[in-house]
Amino acid sequence: MAAVLELVDVVKRFGDNEVLRGVSLNLDPHDVVCLIGASGSGKSTLLRCANLLETIDAGTISLFGQSLQDPRVDPDLVRQHVAMVFQSFNLFPHLSVLDNVLVGPVYALKRRRAEVRDEALALLERIGLRERSNDYPDRLSGGQQQRVAIARSLAMRPSLLLLDEVTSALDPTLVGEVLDLLTDLAHQGTTMLIATHEMNFARDVANQVVYLDKGVLVEQGTPEEMFSNPKHESTRNFLERVR
Amino acid sequence: MSLTTDEDSAPTPPQLFAPRRRRLLVGRRGLVVSALSSVIVLLVIFAIFWLAPGGPTFRSFFFNPHDMWQAFVGNPTKGLLSVGRGLVTNIWMFLLSEVLVLILGLVIATVRLSQSPVLFPFRALATIYVDVMRGVPIVLVMYMIGFGLPELNLGFLSNQSPAVYGCATLTLSYSAYVAEVYRAGVLSVPHGQLLAARSLGLTHTATMRRVILPQAVRNVIPPLLNDFISMQKDTALVSLLGAVEATRAAQIYGDTVFNFSGFTVAAILFLLLTIPMTRFTDHLIARDRNRRLAAT
Repeated sequence: MAAVLELVDVVKRFGDNEVLRGVSLNLDPHDVVCLIGASGSGKSTLLRCANLLETIDAGTISLFGQSLQDPRVDPDLVRQHVAMVFQSFNLFPHLSVLDNVLVGPVYALKRRRAEVRDEALALLERIGLRERSNDYPDRLSGGQQQRVAIARSLAMRPSLLLLDEVTSALDPTLVGEVLDLLTDLAHQGTTMLIATHEMNFARDVANQVVYLDKGVLVEQGTPEEMFSNPKHESTRNFLERVR
Repeated sequence: MSLTTDEDSAPTPPQLFAPRRRRLLVGRRGLVVSALSSVIVLLVIFAIFWLAPGGPTFRSFFFNPHDMWQAFVGNPTKGLLSVGRGLVTNIWMFLLSEVLVLILGLVIATVRLSQSPVLFPFRALATIYVDVMRGVPIVLVMYMIGFGLPELNLGFLSNQSPAVYGCATLTLSYSAYVAEVYRAGVLSVPHGQLLAARSLGLTHTATMRRVILPQAVRNVIPPLLNDFISMQKDTALVSLLGAVEATRAAQIYGDTVFNFSGFTVAAILFLLLTIPMTRFTDHLIARDRNRRLAAT
């Protein structure tokens, strides 16, 4: 079976600034890959390239063996399969929690509202927020909002979930509930590419950890290899600093 | 040396009282002060009009109850047109124009905000349109449409009443302003909203319609209302084309009877129109805010 996501020698520049310098990466079904590295190392850019929020300058990105650089590819269709969760939640403030979750299925997949409603409520049940379904997002805590944002992505039944430092904007006491949800998702076999600063979480949940430094993929391995015995000097230095 | 404080060097408690002057403005005392100052201001304004050397003339010119009533109801036998009837023209003109402006303004804003390369010529056109319509005095646009279109001999287009040309002018002119208000509203929605919507696979159009515009519209209600109030008053400009609306009727009354109380009537009627509008908008804003904050 083809890899869910495959990056080959991906280069991304913003003007003169080369943010990704030939990154290659592979995600098989049910893989949970954690991207670690300092701010500005290219983690977020890599995620945004993977769902075509950014266009790459060289290399290829493939989804299930199909190149996304093919001019016939419709970015909107790609994004229906590759969901993304953001650091700042970005819930839609004018819609209730339930309607936030319904946006994707109803307006992107054109499914009937009545038909998706039960599914959405089940998702909210799963994240423990069913009783808040009629609330507006600004009534929720940061952790709750981020869980809703994850549910909103899951409502699309994506093949791949991209998570961009989803706990970085949260109060430390609220990080746990979001990470617990992600851990559940990992155990249920959700394919995820996660940019994170939470090293313990990466160690527990990832089956591959990728270290990026200034746009270069320095090292990749299982959490055991990466955290106990990193091969590269810069990986060691980074892990020293964040520990 | 001991660092513990002894009796002598115990710190004096800090001074926490507001200055006397400011204490006057707090609580019930504040209410009394504001009521008092309002009364004084009103008295001063009233005194200026009442005690001025020309006060009596001024009052009989602008506030003569008999003339005000006459101007309001009109008098066909003397060729005096009713200001009240004239206002009906103003009302349907701005009601019609407001609906059209909301639609045309949205279209122009959407075009200006579009990104598709195919729409480039339209985008350029929309930009020029907005620049021109905001730059040319509305009176000139009114003349060009009201006197120009009939000259064209274009059947339906050249065959309308002055009031209809007035609506066309208001619509064309105010759409440019309203388009800019919409555009500012759209740009005020955080970029993350766009990213989130596009990441869900929504098309640009669906993103606009379902996510960006609903938020933008809430942001633009106050400035939009501002333009509408301004437009309500500009309906008076159709008098330049010969249409009889409230101010024109007042002017006829003034020219005939040599008393300007009709203008006062028109002013009061316009006020009665705009005040409920501002109240209504405040109500809408408050309702939206409460609904979002008080949902349990």
